[in-house]
Amino acid sequence: MTIWRLVLKEALHRKLNFVLGLVSVAAAAGCLIGALMLLDAHDLRTRQILQEKERQTQQILQEDERRTRQSMAELEDAIRKAMLGLGFNIVILPKEQKLDEWYADSNSTSCMPEQYVERLRRSKIITVQHLLPILQAKVRWEEKKRSIILVGTRGEIPGIGAKRPMVQPVAEGEIVLGYELHDSLGLKVADKLKLNGREFAVRECYAMRGNKDDITAWIDLATAQEMLGRKGWINAILALECECAWADLGKVREEIARILPETQVIERGSEALARAEARRKVAEAAAAAMARVAEEGKAELVREENNRGQLRAERERLASILVPLVMLASAALVAVLALSNARERRGEIGILRAIGVRSRKVLLLFLSKAVVVGVGGGAIGCIAGYFAGRYLGAGLDHAGARAAFEPIYAGLALGVAPVLAAVASWIPAMLASQQEPAVILREE
Amino acid sequence: MLLEVTNLTKEFAGASGTIRALDDVSLSVDAGQLLAVRGPSGCGKTTLLLTVGGLLQPNGGTVHLDGHDPYRLPPDGRAGFRARNVGFVFQQFHLVPYLSVLENVLAPALAGAADGLPERAWELVRYLHLEDRAYHLPAKLSTGERQRTAVARAMLRSPRLLLADEPTGNLDGDSAQAVLTCLAEFAKRGGAVILATHDDRAACYASKEARMDAGRISWR
Repeated sequence: MTIWRLVLKEALHRKLNFVLGLVSVAAAAGCLIGALMLLDAHDLRTRQILQEKERQTQQILQEDERRTRQSMAELEDAIRKAMLGLGFNIVILPKEQKLDEWYADSNSTSCMPEQYVERLRRSKIITVQHLLPILQAKVRWEEKKRSIILVGTRGEIPGIGAKRPMVQPVAEGEIVLGYELHDSLGLKVADKLKLNGREFAVRECYAMRGNKDDITAWIDLATAQEMLGRKGWINAILALECECAWADLGKVREEIARILPETQVIERGSEALARAEARRKVAEAAAAAMARVAEEGKAELVREENNRGQLRAERERLASILVPLVMLASAALVAVLALSNARERRGEIGILRAIGVRSRKVLLLFLSKAVVVGVGGGAIGCIAGYFAGRYLGAGLDHAGARAAFEPIYAGLALGVAPVLAAVASWIPAMLASQQEPAVILREE
Repeated sequence: MLLEVTNLTKEFAGASGTIRALDDVSLSVDAGQLLAVRGPSGCGKTTLLLTVGGLLQPNGGTVHLDGHDPYRLPPDGRAGFRARNVGFVFQQFHLVPYLSVLENVLAPALAGAADGLPERAWELVRYLHLEDRAYHLPAKLSTGERQRTAVARAMLRSPRLLLADEPTGNLDGDSAQAVLTCLAEFAKRGGAVILATHDDRAACYASKEARMDAGRISWR
C-alpha cells in the first residue's frame, strides 16, 4: 500500500471532486497558455505585417525607380532634340575678338586659322563632343537690298566622339535660310536665289526661332571664305559639350585654352544649360521623390510597429490582470474542494491516524492528490490553451499555432499547475493532518 | 504484566462544566488475557480504550504497555508506537470506502513498511474467511464481513494489545460469535485484548471482566 495508490483510488472514488479540481486547474493553466500563445501569435502576426509592408514599399520603390529611369531616358532624348534646335552652347572665338561686337550685331572682326578645329579634334578633348567651325559676318545682300548674317559652315568635324552629328553640313551651292529671310522674300525649299552674285538653291527653311537665326543664311564654309575673302580662316568654332552640359564651364575653358591659347571661350545658348540644369533637377527631384517614398515606407513601418506594439502592450496588460485573476479563482476553488475532501474523509483520517499513520503522511496524502490534480489539470489546460490560442490568435493555422506554442509553455503549465494546486490545498491538508484521531473516532 | 494502567483520569470540558470520563481507573492485562469491560453507554468505555491505546492524553495517571509509557513520546513517536503495539476495532468498522478488503487489511502498511505484510494480509483474509471478498469494496460487504475485515486490519502487524470497542454492536448473532472467537484466539496466541461491550456473550470469552460506571471501574 502506497500513498500514490491511495491517492489514485480516492480520486477514482470521488470523481466529482477530482474532476472539478482538474477543470479548475485546467482553466488556470489553459488561460496562462492561451494568453502566452496569443501574445506570441501577435508577435508572429506583427512580423508578417511588417515584412509584407516592407515588401510592398520595396515594390513601390522598384516601380518608381523603373518609371523614373524611363522618364529620364525620355527626357534625355527630348533634351537632345531641344538642344539641336537651340544650337551650340560654347563658342570659341579668336582672342582679339571684341565681345561687344559679337554680342551686339554678331559681327566678327577677327579670324583664326581653320586648322584650329583640326588641332582641337586631334587633342581628343573629351568634354566637347560636337565641333562646328564657322565663318560668320554681317553682309549686305545686294540683290535683295538688305543686311543679313552670313554663316559659312562645313558641318561637324568627325571623330570627336559624338554618336551622331547634330548639324548636317550645307553642301556647296546650297543655302539654308532663317525664318525672316524666307518668309519676307517668299522663298521656299528648292527655290533658286542669287546672293552677291553667287547662285544658291534653298535646301531648308527654318521655322521661327525668335533670335538672330531668323535673319541668318547658312552656306558652305569654303564658299563663304571665298565670298568674304578669308580663305582658310574661320572666326568661330561652335562646340556642344554634350557630356558636361551641367559641368563646370571653367573646366571647358581651361581645356580649350590649353589647346588653343589664341582663343577665348564664351557661353552661348544658356537655354540649353537651363534645360540641362532642369534635367539635373528633374533627376534630383526623382531621386528625392524616391527617397521620400523610401522614408515614408520606413515611417509607415515604424508607425505600424508602434501600433502593434501598443496593441501588444494592451493585450499584455489585460493578460497580466486576467491570468492572475483566473489563477486566483482556480486556486480558491481547489482550496474549497480540498477542504470539502478533507471533511468528507474525516473518518478515514481518524482511522489512519489511529493505526499509526503519522500526521506528516496524512499531509503528504492530501498534497499528493493536489499534485495529481495539478499535473492532470496542467496537461489538460495545456491542450485546451493551445486550441484556445489557436482559435483566438487571429485564425492561426496549424504551423502558425505550432510556432506560437513554445515547448517551454508546456513545461511552465506542468510546473506551475501542481505548485498552484499544492499551495491552494496546503491549508486544508494541514487542517486534515492536524485533526485529533481520538476526537474523530469518538464523534464517529 | 503487558499492560499496566494506574489511577487514570480523563476530563472533558462540557457545556455544563467538567465531565470526568475516567475517574482513577487502574487495571492490568497480561499477555493471553481478554478483558471484557461492560457498562452503560457514556460510562467511559471508549475513552478508556482511546486513552489506553495512546490516542487520548489522560489528565492524570499512567499507561504502560510492555513497560513503555506512550505519553512520554512525541506525537509522531506515539503514532509509531501505536502502529507497532496496538490494534483497534470499532463498532462503526471505519473501513476506507474506496479500498478493497485486501487493501483495507493492508492499510497499516502506510504507517511504515515491514517485511511480509502482503503475505500476512492474505493469511488473515483466509483466516477470517474473506478470500472470496478480497477485492470487494466495503460497500459490497455484509456488516459481519466488514467487521471481520476491520479485525484483520487490526491484527496485520501482530500487535501486543488489541482494543475492541463494541465490535459486535452492529452484528447478528453468528457474525458476533465469529468476531468474538477471533478476538479470543488472538488472546490465546499471546496477545492481550480489552473488549468494551454490551454483549453478554462476551463473558464466555473473557478471562477477566470489569464493569464501568460513571468513569469508575469495578471488578467482578
